[in-house]
Amino acid sequence: MAKKVAFLQGNEAAAHGALYAGCRFFAGYPITPSTEVAEVLSNELPKVGGKFIQMEDEIAAMAAVIGGALGGAKTLTATSGPGLSLKQELIGYACIAEIPCVIYNVMRGGPSTGMPTGPSQSDIMCARWGTHGDHATIALLPASVQECFEMTVQAFNLAEKYRLPVFVMPDEIVGHMRERIEFPEPGEMEVLDRIKPTVPPEQYKPYDTQFGDVPPLASFGSGYKFHVTGLNKLPDGFPTTKADYVQAEEERQIRKVMADVDNIVDFEEYLLDDAEIVVVAFGSTSRSARFAVNEARKQGIKVGMFRIKTVWPFPDKQIKALAGKVKAFITPEMNLGMCTIEVERCAEGKAPVLGIFRVDGEPINPGQILDKMKEVK
Amino acid sequence: MAFDYDKYLRPGKLPHIWCPGCGHGIVMKGMIRAIDTLGLKKENTAIVSGIGCASRLPGYMDCCTLHTAHGRAAAFATGVKMARPEMTVLLVGGDGDGTAIGGNHFIHACRRNIDMTYIIMNNNIYGMTGGQFSPCTPTGAKASTTPYGNPDPAFDVAKLAIGAGATFVARGTAYHANQIDKLITEAIQHKGFSVVEILDDCPTTYGRRNKFKSVIEMMNRLKDIAVPVKAAEKMTPEQLQGKVLTGILYKEDKPEYCEQYAKVIERAQGGAK
Repeated sequence: MAKKVAFLQGNEAAAHGALYAGCRFFAGYPITPSTEVAEVLSNELPKVGGKFIQMEDEIAAMAAVIGGALGGAKTLTATSGPGLSLKQELIGYACIAEIPCVIYNVMRGGPSTGMPTGPSQSDIMCARWGTHGDHATIALLPASVQECFEMTVQAFNLAEKYRLPVFVMPDEIVGHMRERIEFPEPGEMEVLDRIKPTVPPEQYKPYDTQFGDVPPLASFGSGYKFHVTGLNKLPDGFPTTKADYVQAEEERQIRKVMADVDNIVDFEEYLLDDAEIVVVAFGSTSRSARFAVNEARKQGIKVGMFRIKTVWPFPDKQIKALAGKVKAFITPEMNLGMCTIEVERCAEGKAPVLGIFRVDGEPINPGQILDKMKEVK
Repeated sequence: MAFDYDKYLRPGKLPHIWCPGCGHGIVMKGMIRAIDTLGLKKENTAIVSGIGCASRLPGYMDCCTLHTAHGRAAAFATGVKMARPEMTVLLVGGDGDGTAIGGNHFIHACRRNIDMTYIIMNNNIYGMTGGQFSPCTPTGAKASTTPYGNPDPAFDVAKLAIGAGATFVARGTAYHANQIDKLITEAIQHKGFSVVEILDDCPTTYGRRNKFKSVIEMMNRLKDIAVPVKAAEKMTPEQLQGKVLTGILYKEDKPEYCEQYAKVIERAQGGAK
């Protein structure tokens, strides 16, 4: 049977990806350039018995998403830069309380109101370090409409599997461009649900590590009574300031992600086998990079692309391995060097990292990348 | 036989953090009696709070409890209620938490008329941080950040709730302990967003700065200023000067949010717009 296809915007595709993943609750606040997600889900969620709510502000939307997740729903919010800044307080809450949810953040210019309709890739560090305190982050960077759908499904799976908020972060170009999308059949893509407790309610502890670094999560209203707080807490969920325990818990909450980094980090290697120059790119910029790589190959330049699909955790291992083999990295990005810092860290001085940075609201074009390739000695 | 509060309290979580003379414990006991009167199941009752002394209440209660971030209780609770409309959702917190940093969430929860009960313990001060003035600190009062007297006017929490669209608004005081459970019981029974403001005191950070000699003096003030709404009807404006009305101040039947959304689902599934 032929696959169901459509001609959709990235944001619309993400909304359909959320539905495919089993999302049944969305809370949001209108913001350009992500509003289409809210619009589609306000239409589609009630059809499948799900709920949509437009909250009074971005913080409230994040709060409702966490509350809904505790009620047992798979939950989503969508936003963009200024909204992402506002949500940080409660992103931290979701991290420490270990509540699965997905934040779809379309990257526009900044800081502050910046360029609401202009593309950017400058929320990379805001996703990683925007909330205060140490915590693990998982953030995915789609580069196509198809990936907006698929990565949203993947983000729900990761959120459910590791009990934390997960980001999907298209730049504005990917969020708003229209492409052909093939919908996977039900069951074709894996859909994961959080691990529920098997112990009886009176024995349940929401942070009981005897079940591993990701403890089972019960839902409110399912017969289990438990306490959730944003304070550092004991396995039973109640606050503690015991030094040893707080240290161990903080480390566990990072380890639960980092110990499984090889299963989380996703990337694309394009013409890397004999590449002497590697363009490290993501999102819409990777589309310019692919074009530039193809053009350069025609001119006999041995160049390939490492496309970042999971920016957090960063693909350290892969970039480190390449650093020993290549003459140079080229890092085009629509910010002033956020991923470049990470590539430099991983390159450990073994290969120069040549950045191409744009924050003028214009995409990085293939010609700029091609020119940079020619600078490599 | 004495009322068995222990049935609703988590074993091993007492003593509470509240100072001697604080009214929050009186409010918690009233809330427990209301839960008992209504026969609510603990596992089907969510108690959601923000940050502050009053917001520590959920930790002592043997229910589904959610201690959120400062001011955010109403927004988190809205998510819980939407996901689990069959649950009884109670919100608790202080005046600073609810009307300053949480003011926006508060008024919008009122406006939506979502079926939850919000118990605001108004002690006119930020107690946990050491006594800074709140939006409910009376003009002229001393706080750690109003050393020359408070220049700000204060919110009337009940009027704010009514103005924002809450469909059940009541006020009690920590002195009138026997009334608290009755107000909370009616608030929970009311279908819609209910606000119960309980005036209580912070002897530690408010009383001492404002020349109250004892907790008893503060309690007597609550006794003196409270006027039941029925009694107030027979009083002149002069007699009501400096008084506060107590009891059920406002009640109205209006469509409730979760029921309204259930109709949205019906319309969506019926293919109509």
